[in-house]
Amino acid sequence: MNTESLGYIFINACLINNFVLAYFLGICPFLGVSGKMETATKMGGAVTFVMIISSMCADGIHALLVAINAPFLQLISYIVVIASTVQLVEMFVKKMSPALFRALGIFLPLITTNCAILGLALFQTNKGYDFIESLVYASGAGIGFTLALVLIAGLREQLDFAETPNMVKGTALTLLVAGILSLSFMGFAGLGS
Amino acid sequence: MEKENKDRTELGFFASLKEHPTTDEFVKGLWRENPVFVQVLGMCPVLAVSNTAENALAMGLATLFVLLMSNILVSSLRNFIPKQVRIASYILIIATFVTIIDYGIQAISVELHKSLGAFISLIVVNCLILSRAEAFASKNTVGKSILDALGMGLGFTFALFCLGLVREIFGNGSIFGVSVFSDNFQEWIIMILPAGGFFTLALWLLVFNYIKEKRTTA
Repeated sequence: MNTESLGYIFINACLINNFVLAYFLGICPFLGVSGKMETATKMGGAVTFVMIISSMCADGIHALLVAINAPFLQLISYIVVIASTVQLVEMFVKKMSPALFRALGIFLPLITTNCAILGLALFQTNKGYDFIESLVYASGAGIGFTLALVLIAGLREQLDFAETPNMVKGTALTLLVAGILSLSFMGFAGLGS
Repeated sequence: MEKENKDRTELGFFASLKEHPTTDEFVKGLWRENPVFVQVLGMCPVLAVSNTAENALAMGLATLFVLLMSNILVSSLRNFIPKQVRIASYILIIATFVTIIDYGIQAISVELHKSLGAFISLIVVNCLILSRAEAFASKNTVGKSILDALGMGLGFTFALFCLGLVREIFGNGSIFGVSVFSDNFQEWIIMILPAGGFFTLALWLLVFNYIKEKRTTA
């Protein structure tokens, strides 16, 4: 498959180089809010939405920074844009759907410190994607993040019924499961070559 | 009184230090409130750049620098930053120092900068730094904040180094690039791959849980 094609960019971000399981981005929500399937799905949706919007903004900002020749402002301006996007999304959701706003709760503002979103903005700049490619890359990354979150949430719901030694309970067990999940995602490495 | 005695035996050789509150700010980050093994904060860089001991050490020291500088600035400005915009201001302060260390590492060693990749920039969203700014530096004096940052930063570096050391020994058969096994050693490729990061961290957590459990039952 052509590595420049939009289809490849999507599959690459979603499966081959999954943001959580191959790049280790967004581990905090991956460990923190993956206890229940329902919250995991909603968190994934919110993150995907913020990713797509901030990726579009990052594309514009990069063009602007190149124009005024100030690359050292990249990091600072990206993080400000992400923080304000999250604030905007929060206000928008509150106004349009109070029910969804209540369901997401504290997770919404916490998206600001999700490194998957800043990582996405930095990677798309490094790879030199144009506007459409960035958009496809962002949606692939978002869907990949949701997929990983939902998979681990499903596994953890089952693990609640398993009898585990005290020593293993909690983060250690989640990490072991995540390791096995990451191993199985390596099977996608051959896709598109 | 009983509880105090129990605490003391649990802490072992840090016991005498605990009686001085000032040194305690420094010591707590190293073991009792270790950011990685106990608080499980800042996991992304811990897993991502711990494939060799050298990378892990560089990442840990870069984080220590940013943590120290941002703690100093946040605590000295703590009476001037309005409450409503404090998180945004903290992130801006952190982003500034991350930009400095990013260019600094690039100037010192291009190779190291390449192998750490985007993860230097991603120190900005390391929850450890923001949480220390919010939970400690914004409420305490500059001196205490410096001790807190040093303790937490060294604790973070120590944890990263533990991971990097194990992954490099088994994944590469070397320590700091120096071969430790004979030539016919078969490398465990999985240890350098992402899955190895998850497994190694899980194993370290198991070791620490085991020690903790032994102490509480003893």
